[in-house]
Amino acid sequence: MYKRLPDAAAAAPAVLLTIDGADFAARAGDTVAAALLAAGYDACRTTPVTGAPRGPFCLMGVCFDCLAVVDGLPNQQTCLIPVRAGMRIERQQGAAVFGPAAGSGQGPR
Amino acid sequence: MTLPERCDVVVVGAGPAGLAAAVECARAGAATVILDEQAGPGGQIYRAITSTPMQNRDVLGADYWHGATLVAALQGSGATYVPRAAAFAVSRADGGGFEVGVASGGAAALIRAGQVILATGALERPFPIPGWTLPGVIAAGAAQILLKTAGLVPEGPVVLAGTGPLLYLVAAQFARVGAAIDCLLDTTPPGRIREALPLAPAFLASPYVAKGFALLRQARASTRIVRGVERLEALGAQRLTSVRYTVGGRATEIPAGALLLHQGVVPDINLSNAIGCDHRWHDARSCFEPVVDVYGATSAAGITVAGDGAGIAGAQAAEARGTLAGLHALAALGRIDSGERDARAANPQAHVARWTRGRAFVDALYRPADAFRLPQGDTVVCRCEEITAQQVIATAKQGCPGPNQMKSFLRCGMGPCQGRLCGLTVTELIARERGIAPADVGYYRLRFPVKPITLGELASLPQTTESTQAVVRMKAH
Amino acid sequence: MSALASADVVIVGGGLHGCSAALHLARAGVSAIVVEKNYVGRHASGVNAGGVRTLARHEAEIPLALAALELWHRIGDLVDDDCGFECHGQLRVAENDGEAATLRERAARLLSLGYTHERWIGRDELFARVPALARHCAGALLAERDGAALPYRTTWAFRRKAEALGQRFFEGTRVQDVVRAGGVWKVETSAGRLAGRVLVNCAGAWADALCAKLGEPVPLEPIAPMMLVTLRMPHFLDPVVLGAGRPLSFKQTQQGTVLIGGGRRARVDCEAETTELDFRELALSAQTVRDLFPVMRDATIHRGWAGIEARMPDDIPVIGPSAAAPDTFHAFGFSAHGFELGPIVGRITADLVTRGATDLPIAPFSIGRFLPPRSPG
Repeated sequence: MYKRLPDAAAAAPAVLLTIDGADFAARAGDTVAAALLAAGYDACRTTPVTGAPRGPFCLMGVCFDCLAVVDGLPNQQTCLIPVRAGMRIERQQGAAVFGPAAGSGQGPR
Repeated sequence: MTLPERCDVVVVGAGPAGLAAAVECARAGAATVILDEQAGPGGQIYRAITSTPMQNRDVLGADYWHGATLVAALQGSGATYVPRAAAFAVSRADGGGFEVGVASGGAAALIRAGQVILATGALERPFPIPGWTLPGVIAAGAAQILLKTAGLVPEGPVVLAGTGPLLYLVAAQFARVGAAIDCLLDTTPPGRIREALPLAPAFLASPYVAKGFALLRQARASTRIVRGVERLEALGAQRLTSVRYTVGGRATEIPAGALLLHQGVVPDINLSNAIGCDHRWHDARSCFEPVVDVYGATSAAGITVAGDGAGIAGAQAAEARGTLAGLHALAALGRIDSGERDARAANPQAHVARWTRGRAFVDALYRPADAFRLPQGDTVVCRCEEITAQQVIATAKQGCPGPNQMKSFLRCGMGPCQGRLCGLTVTELIARERGIAPADVGYYRLRFPVKPITLGELASLPQTTESTQAVVRMKAH
Repeated sequence: MSALASADVVIVGGGLHGCSAALHLARAGVSAIVVEKNYVGRHASGVNAGGVRTLARHEAEIPLALAALELWHRIGDLVDDDCGFECHGQLRVAENDGEAATLRERAARLLSLGYTHERWIGRDELFARVPALARHCAGALLAERDGAALPYRTTWAFRRKAEALGQRFFEGTRVQDVVRAGGVWKVETSAGRLAGRVLVNCAGAWADALCAKLGEPVPLEPIAPMMLVTLRMPHFLDPVVLGAGRPLSFKQTQQGTVLIGGGRRARVDCEAETTELDFRELALSAQTVRDLFPVMRDATIHRGWAGIEARMPDDIPVIGPSAAAPDTFHAFGFSAHGFELGPIVGRITADLVTRGATDLPIAPFSIGRFLPPRSPG
C-alpha cells in the first residue's frame, strides 16, 4: 500500500479516471503505475505464463511488470504514461486480449 | 508527432548525459533532436524535475535540484525535445548517417541523422531472491521514483535490502519526509571493506567521501541497520507479507508490507548491443559495458555512448561525458575541427576524472556477493517467462553453451524486458556452470525493436518513393 | 601432418541439413564429422519461421516435401524428440477473385500431376477454420497435414541424436581449404586437418565458397528473410497462413506469441555474419497482417530478426553429386524453404554416399544446371 505525502496531495490538481471501472482521483503528474499503487492495487496484472500476480517493479520502463490495459490498449507500460482525465485503466489478465472494439489504434503515448 | 525528417544529431535519452550532449550540439548550431520515452526530462536521477510535487528542496537534496539547470539549458539551446518517444531502432542509412526508428503518439517514423548519441543510462542490477516477483517487492530506485514523481511512500512495515549508496540515499530521503523504514538489511559481505581498502586513498580524495559519510550517518540515524545479511527471501502468497533474512547462519522473519531491493546499477546496453557496438565484460563491476574512447565513441562509427550507459560513474560524470559526446559529434559533422574539440574537451575530461576517481573503491565495496548474483533452486531468474535458476543451471549442465542458445531452449530472455532483468544473471550462471569467464560466455544478442511497438505503429511508418517502387518478390508457382 | 580427426564423411556446415546428413549416415553405419564455423543452428536453421510446409512448393520439390512430411509426423522415431511439431494445416489465402483463380488453377494442375495435398476451400470453410481472417478474402488452398515446428530445437535434436550414434561435431571451426589427395579429402580448418573419403557441402549461405574451391562456382545469393514476433496473445489461430498475392507467413505458437514472416529481406553482410532489419519493408509486412487479421492492429511487436540463408536464382536448392569432384555431394541453397525438407534431404545425401543413388527425383536440383555445358570431349 502507498500513501500520499501531504505536500504532494496539496500540490497538484486531482485527475479523475477509472480503474477496473471504479472511479479514482489520481493527481496531475502521476504515472498510471503510480495511480494504481496510490489506489491500493499492488498488482496490475497476472502473467500469461502462470497467472501469477505482478505489480510495477522498476518504475522506469525496463522491467515490463507494470503492464496494464489503458484506454483499451493492452501491454501498456504504465510507469511511462502520465494520467489523463477520463482515462480507463484496467488490470491485465494473462495474455493481452485484443478485439476490433478494443482501442482506437492511437497509443496513449 | 512533431518529428523532423532529418537532423544532424539524434540524442536518445534526456538524463544528465543526454541533456548535456543535446545542449552542446544545439548551441553549436547543429540540428539536434533529443528523444525520451518519459513524459518529462531528467532521466531517472533527475526524474520529474519539472513536475515533482516534492518542492521542499531539502527533501530530495541539492544534487537532485541541480537537474533543473540542465533542463533550463535545454530549453534555451534550440534542440528539439520529444518526450514520450521511444527510439526502437538505429540503422545505417544509404548514403551515410543513420535512420532512427521512433515510436510516438501511436505512430512510427524514421529520422535521418548524421550522428547518434546514446544516453540511455543505467538500470538497477537484477537482484534475484526467492519471492522477488511478489507484488509489494519493488526496486529501491523505484520507491525513490514514486517519491519524486508522485509524493508516494510505501506503507509499512517497509524493509530496505541490499547494498550500495542508493540504499542509504533512499533511507535518508524517506527519513526527511517522515516515512518510516523498519530496517535496512545490508547484504554487503563482511570483510569487503578490508578488500576495498587498497582503493581507499583515491576514494578519500574524491568528492564522494563527504557525501558518502553524510549519507551513512543519516541512514544510521533513521533506521535499524542489520549487517552481514547472507540470505534474503520475500514471502507471501499473492503479495509480500514478510521477509526472512539470515545473518551468521541464523534466520529471522519480519513482517513486511514493502520490500525495497537494490544492489547497484549497471549500464543499459540493449540499444548499443542491438546496434552491434563492441562490448566488454568489466570484472570488478560484474557487468557488460560498451567499448568506448574518452569521447564515448563506440566501435560503430557515428554512434557515441554518453553517461552511465558507458559505465557507471554517476550524474556529474554523466553530464561531463554528455558534453564530450556532443563535442565528438560536432567534430564528426565538421562543425568544429579536432583542435577545437580537444581544447573544449579539457574541462569536461577533468570533471570526468574527478568524478570517476574513487569509483573503484565504491565498486569493490558494494560488489554484490555471489549468493545474490547467482541464485539457485526455484528463485526466478527470467521474470518475464518465469524461468527458474534451477532450470537455467540444468540446461547449462546439459551442454547449452551460452545465453543465446539458452533463449532457444527455455525462452529465457525472450520476454518483453529483452533480458534487462535476467541477462547478467544468466551469463554468470552459465559461466559458473561451464567454469569459464563471463567475458567468454557473452550476453544475449539483442535485436530491434529494443522497445516494443504495435503492429499499427509499424504499419504507419512512412514509405519512400524508392521503397514503394521496389519489386516485391512473389512466388511464381 | 596427421589429421586432427578422420571419418568416412566430412560434412561442412552444422545447420539442419548438415545435422540431418550426419544422422542418416549414422543410421546407415557410416561415420561422419560435422565441421561448423559458429555453433550448430546458428544461422538460418535456428531462426527460421519453422513452417513444416508442403503447400506452395515448386513442383520439383513436391515429392521431397511429401516424403519429408511423413518423417515429420513420426519425427520422434527419428530423433527422440518431437521438435515442437504441431499439425494444424497450412493455408494460402486469396484476397480477391484474381488470386482465387490462380490458386484454383494450381490445385487443378497439381491434381493432374497426381498430387492431392493442396485443396481449394471456399469462403465458408475458410472463415470456419480461421475466424480471425478479414472477410474480404475469397478462399484458400489448404494443406491439411502441414504444420510447424521449432527450428532451433529441431536442429539440436538431429545433432544430439547423430552424436549419440557416434558422429562428431567440431564447432567454432572454420574450413579454410579442401584438398583431394590419394582418394581422400583433406579439409584444412582453423583447428587442424580433418580427413574423410567423402565430402558433403551443407554450408548454407557460405556454400558457394566451397563450390568455388571445388571448381564449380554457383550464383548463390545470401539473403536474410525477416521475422517479427509479438508478445503473447490469447489463442486465435490454428493453421499457418500464407499470403498469395502479398508475401506473408503468419502463425501463432503454442505459447500464444505470433510470428510474422513472409520473406521480406534485411540487409545482409555475409562476411561479418550480420543482418540489418529494414523497417520500411517490415512496415509493409505489418500492413499485410493488419489487412488480413484486424485483431492484430494493436498487437505488441517486441523482436525482429533475420537469419542468413542461401538463395539460388531459380529458388530451388542444389542437391546431389558434385559435377567437378569425386566423392563430393551438395545440399544447400534452400532459398528460404529448406526447413521442412531437412529430415528427407539428409536421407537423400546418405543414400547418395552409401549407394550412389536415391529413390527420390533429384535431377532438377543438380548443380550442373548452373555450370556451362561441357564441350564434347
